[in-house]
Parts: sequence; structure tokens; C-alpha cells
Amino acid sequence: MSVIYILLSISIIVAVVFFIAFIIAVKNGQYDDSYTPSIRMLFEDELVKDKTKPSNTKKIN
Amino acid sequence: MEHQTCFHCGDYCDKNVLVFDEKSFCCNGCKTVYEIFSENDLTCYYDFQSSPGAIPKDIEGKYDFLLQENIIEKLTEFNDGKTQITTLYIPHIHCSSCIWILENLNKLNKNISSSQVNFGKKTVRIIYNAEYYSLKEVVLLLSSIGYEPYISLEDFKAGKKYIDRTLIYKLGIAGFAFGNVMFLSFPEYFEVGEFWLEQYKPLFRWLMFFFSLPVVFYAAQDYFISAYKGLRAKLLNIDVPIALGLIALFVRSTVDILFDLGSGFFDSLTGLVFFLLIGKFFQLKTYSFLSFERDYKSYFPIAITKIFKGKETPIQVYDIKKGDRLLIRNEELIPVDGILINGNAQIDYSFVTGESETVSKQSGDKIFSGGKQTSGVIEMEAINSVEQSYLTQLWSNDVFSKNKEDGFTTVTNSVSKNFTIYVLSIAFLATSFWLYFDSTKALNVFTSILIIACPCALALSAPFTFGNLLRIFGKLKFYVKNASVIEQLATINTIIFDKTGTITSNKKSTATYEGLHLTDTEETLLKNTLRGSNHPLSRSLYTILKEQNIITLDHFEEHLGKGIEASYNNNNIKIGSASFVGHTQEQSVLNTSVHISSNSIYKGKFTFYNSYRKGVSKLFNTLKKHYDLVILSGDNEGELENLKKLLPAKTKLLFNQKPEDKLEYIKYHQSEGAKVLMVGDGLNDAGALAQSNVGIALSENVNVFSPACDAILDATKINILPKFIKASKSAITIIKWSFVLSFMYNCIGLYFAVTGQLLPVVAAILMPLSSISVVAFTTMATNYLGKKLK
Repeated sequence: MSVIYILLSISIIVAVVFFIAFIIAVKNGQYDDSYTPSIRMLFEDELVKDKTKPSNTKKIN
Repeated sequence: MEHQTCFHCGDYCDKNVLVFDEKSFCCNGCKTVYEIFSENDLTCYYDFQSSPGAIPKDIEGKYDFLLQENIIEKLTEFNDGKTQITTLYIPHIHCSSCIWILENLNKLNKNISSSQVNFGKKTVRIIYNAEYYSLKEVVLLLSSIGYEPYISLEDFKAGKKYIDRTLIYKLGIAGFAFGNVMFLSFPEYFEVGEFWLEQYKPLFRWLMFFFSLPVVFYAAQDYFISAYKGLRAKLLNIDVPIALGLIALFVRSTVDILFDLGSGFFDSLTGLVFFLLIGKFFQLKTYSFLSFERDYKSYFPIAITKIFKGKETPIQVYDIKKGDRLLIRNEELIPVDGILINGNAQIDYSFVTGESETVSKQSGDKIFSGGKQTSGVIEMEAINSVEQSYLTQLWSNDVFSKNKEDGFTTVTNSVSKNFTIYVLSIAFLATSFWLYFDSTKALNVFTSILIIACPCALALSAPFTFGNLLRIFGKLKFYVKNASVIEQLATINTIIFDKTGTITSNKKSTATYEGLHLTDTEETLLKNTLRGSNHPLSRSLYTILKEQNIITLDHFEEHLGKGIEASYNNNNIKIGSASFVGHTQEQSVLNTSVHISSNSIYKGKFTFYNSYRKGVSKLFNTLKKHYDLVILSGDNEGELENLKKLLPAKTKLLFNQKPEDKLEYIKYHQSEGAKVLMVGDGLNDAGALAQSNVGIALSENVNVFSPACDAILDATKINILPKFIKASKSAITIIKWSFVLSFMYNCIGLYFAVTGQLLPVVAAILMPLSSISVVAFTTMATNYLGKKLK
């Protein structure tokens, strides 16, 4: 039953790793602006469209 | 003709429609921006939102100061000579198109490597190559596409801005510990006496102990500090019973596991701190795009042009010394008091006085800081430094360093005072009872009472009620600084309004004509003459007059500061000041007038009146039932008769009030017991807004600057001000009811505690249950309030 020591230490290490990840994320300012990234995410497609448009017209020419 | 709207900025194209690429534009500026975007394949800009742009302004020479090393140093956050990083505030950022174009700046100029927008703060962080590009060029590029950054004296602060994230850390730690402790203590709730559980009990308990250490000593430290401060000031604030409860929980639990008396209350301890911090976090709703702490620094320019030995050099405004000769360009703000040397000074003091009328000055006249030059270039000599100027001295008044929350007893603290006394007396009574009957249980009962009476639900009701109300108000464009403002708003009995810009709209849009009848040709000529002028009064008069045919004038001349002269088919017209048109008789000094003469014969004058906001009369009639109403105006008495007709007879009207007069007036009435709500708009109200119990700044456009205040109200919403005050009062009632609710839970808990049978599992159920039901009750009640507001 001493396996519980291993299990306990694993579970606590996992929890602490996630906790440290959270602290680092806060420290880097990831939670400072929670709005702009949600919009920025939607732009990627538009940029691709922008690049393909001219190439399409070239093919026609 | 049907109105067309500009493809770029969305304004009506009233005069000349420019057509380019099958799209219509209102002006050359907008067209140029479109051209820039289409050349660089950036027309996606117009896909996200229709007409997202702004008209670029003429900015020649305005940003020359950005070439100076010491100013660049202050405005950049990183600078190694090759790469520079700067963060600029751009008020125009308002939609997804703005984010898109500003993050694609690198397509417009290859020297910009990347740019990132913070939408909430309306800032853009730009990284560029300083070897081939300069800060000035970055600013000019932004201005050329209609995103002119706002650079003010406030940006000139040394050092980086510090962002306070401690609450998030504390919340994270408390949540982390709470989750893990719950996990570890769960087995003991139900399976008492099981073999393996007994075996590992000490390990589980000590793990819980270690998890609770950072919670008690870091996450909860604010409560201990606040309780200590309260006790030193002989105040029993809400944090006193909380701190007592936390200490009792921690000490009792530690003793329990040390002597193997039980599993301790670590789950309740960490949970309590976690819930309390959530309440704090919820209350901390901030509007990052608004600032409630502005002083003159956010209005003032960072640098100004100095004339030294015939050469123009930009200097930092703090470096201006007495005797310096300064050059003020059109639309620039005068940073110091001085004497006008030459040039045509038309100074707009609306920042300072709220009065939108420009004042003309002759050379040799004294001019005060805070005014904006509106016609051409002037030269002046400084007679003070910036800090000693008339306007800036207002900020040395004590009210600006005072904290309004001091000396105000919140509803929670007034209840907690009695609460603490009752809890302590119950605890001592019960302990002495048990000391007499069964002394082994006495200490157990004492700590149990402190634990169960820990007013978690009590402490949560105010933050959740006010926090939710802040959000509801925010949606209705009433931006409140913090929760204590709502509480103060509920106690108001006197409301003071500023006149210009507050109950009147900023534009003077009504005018009456007095004098000889104007013939049709004269009217046509008048309208067409005004069409060519950019003076604010000409613009307002132009929109008031009825439509006329467009004719091409034979002659047109604008005399700065005097008026306009024009002729067509031998008909000559003069529009402007009384002396300019040759009218020398009686002059009404109180109201703004535009005089007209045709072919050297005086015809008459247009007199402008303030146009009051819609519903002002109704607003005052609603408010008069419950509050004393006062109008404090910096203007002359020209509008006295108009106001008397419009407002209830009881309203006090005071004119010619200087900024300090307003402040003193409020101070005097406060000393007589009045709780004052001040509604104002200009920098001249700054002192009054700071002195009043609640200062609300009214703003036509919330993104534009408003003086330091407790709340910012969108001008269109002034009519529902009584509803906001009423809602604040109802919020206090909601909090009182939720107190009743939490007392009921406390009574149940106290029964277990006093009889000496409080088990950890009972505490672990009661505590979250009471908190959650209080939060649910306040949230539902405030949402109901919010629905009634709309």
C-alpha cells in the first residue's frame, strides 16, 4: 500500500507544475489584456485571403 | 440631393463628394488614407466594419519635438540604438478594423517589425528599426492613416508603469490550496475508522497543513493588516472578525493535528480565503480605457517650440523658464502664463472655463495657461514656469491629495461593529458556561464560535452587489470608479450642476436674428460667404441658415479675429464683430453675436444662445422632489432669464464662479451637512469634482479626456441620472437583506458551536453554502434592478 506515497507525490508534483505555469503566465502579462487576442485570432484567415487574391488574378492573366 | 456617406469615415459628404475607385469620400484626407491602404493591399480594413476610419488631421511641425533624444528616451520602453519599442495611446481605436490595420503596420513600412494592440487600453506597442526610422516618422505614419496618437505631459513620467497583479497571485494560491486541501480532506468526511485511512491520516493532515501555510501568510495577509489598522484607529471594521476567524481556524486546526484531536478545519480555512478574494476580485471592475485620475498633465503637450536667437527649437515644457519666448501654433495649448508678443490670438479657454467662446487678445495682453490658440501662429513670453501657472496651481489645493474613502463608514463596516461585539460576547458567555460544566470542552467551544461566526457571507454581500451594479451601470454608459462611489451616491441630498457643457451641449446651435430684413440676394450671399469660412461661429450659423444656391464669390477675404468680407455682382457683405462691420452703437456684451452689414449699411445681428440638452427641464423637475438643486456657472449672467424659465423655481443659480469659488461653495455646504453630488465637465470643475462627495464628469465622448472624478457619464444618458441614484439606494437595501440571510446561517452555525458539536464537515458545508446563497441572492436582485433601469 506504500504505492500511495508515489501516487501522492505524483499528484502533488503535477498540481505544483500547473500552479507554477499559472504564475509564470500571469507574470508575463498574459492576463493583462484578455480582449484583443480573442479578436486577433480571427484575423489569420483574412491575411491568407489577402495573399491568395493577387496570385489568383495572376493566373487569370 | 441624397446624402452620401464617406466610405472611409462614415460622415455625411455635405459639400464636395470625392469619387475614387467607385467609392465616395467626404474629403481629401479620407481619400488619401484609402489610397494608402489600397496601394498596400490593406483594403481588408473596410471588410470588418463599415466606415471605420477617421479623417487625418494636418499636423505639420506639430511633432518636431519627437526628434529630441531626451523625449525619445522617455517615450520608448526599449532603446539600444538599433531597435526601439514604444507604446502609444490612440484614442480612435474602437473596432476590429482598427486592430487589424494597426497590427499590419509592417506592411506599410518595412522598418516597422511588429505592432501589437491592446484594445482595452487603446494602445499600440510598436517595434521598429531606429537606424532607418524614427519615432517622429512612426507618429507621422499613424497620423497619415487617421490614427493620430495622443502624446501628453503625462507620458513624460520617468520609469515604467507598474502593473499590480498581486490579487491574481493571491487568488491563484488560495484556489490552488483550496482545491488540494478539499481533495485531501474528503476521505475523512465520510469513512471514519477505516483501516488504511487511519494508517495514512497523519500524512494527509500534514500535507493539508503545508498547503494552508501560503494561504494564511500570503493570500490572507491583507485581512490581518486591515484588521490591525482598524483596531489601531479604534474601529471594528469587517476585517476584524474575519482576521479573528482566520487565526482561530489556523491555530485550532494546527493544535488538532498536533495532538491528534481531529482533522482540523484546513478545508474551511482555505475555502474562506478563496471566496473572500473572489469577492475582492469581482468588485475590482476597472475600465482600463478610462482614467479617473487625470489632472492637467494629460491635457498639456509634452514639448513646445522655443524661439532662441532667431532659431526655433522644441523644448520640454518643464524646462520653460521665465522670460523664454515661445511659439504657439494653431490648435496648440498654451502651457504657461505669459504675455502675448505678436500674432493674432484667438484663445479658446473651454478646457479651463467650459466656455466655448474664443477670447481675442492684443499684443502686450496677459494670457493664461490652459487656453488653446485657434487662429494662426502667435509668439509669447513666459512669465511663470509650468508649476507656478494660474491653472496648474489649482492642483496644489489639498482636496487633490485627500482620499475620499477616508472618513466614510461603509454599510458593511457599520454592521460589523455591532456584529463583532455580539460574537465576542456570545463566545465568552458560552466559554464561561462550559468552564463551569465541562471545562475540557470550553476551548473547543470558544474557537468553534469564532470559526463559524467568521462573516464570510457578510463580507461578500457588498462586493458582489456593487460589483454587479458597476457592470450594469457600465453597460448603460455610466462608468463608476469603484464600489464605494455607489455607496456614497445613495446618501446624496444636494446636486450641483455646471452650466456650459453640462446642461447645455457644447455646440451653440440656436441663433435669433434681430435687425433689418435681409433680401434674398443678401441671404444667398450671406450663406455662400459663411461657406468659405472655418470659424466655429460661421460653421454654426451656416448650418442654421436655410439652403441657398451655390454661387461663386467674386471676392472673399477673411480678417482673422474680426470677420469676413465678400462681394458678388457688386454686392458687398461684411460679417463679423460689431466694430468690423461699422456698428458702433449700443453693444450687448453678455451674449455672443455675429453682426452683418451689406454695402456698408448695418443690417442686424445674429445672437447665439446656448442650446440646452433635451429633457433638462424634466430632469430638474424629477430631481427637485428629493434634492436641493444648484447651478454653478463660470459664465456671465447672459442666460439667467432663459434658465429661470426652464428650471424649477427652487433651483439656485450662481454665475461668474471661478474654479476656486466652486470648490469653496461645496466645502461650505458640506460643513453644513450637505452630501454633494457635482456634475461637471471641464477642467474648471476639477476642484469641485474632487471636493464633492461624488463628482460625475459628463462627457460627449467618453474616449476624450475628462477631469479627475468618481464617475464618467455619457452625455446622452444625463436624463436617467435620477434612476442611477435610485438604483444605488436600492443596492443598499439589497445588501441589508443579504445581511439578514447571512445572519440566519450564522445562527444555525452558532447552535452547533455553542453546544460544542461543531465537526469539520459541518463547517465545510455551512460556510460555502451561506456564501453561495448570498452571492446568488445579490446577483439576482441587482440584475432585476438593472432591468428596471432600461
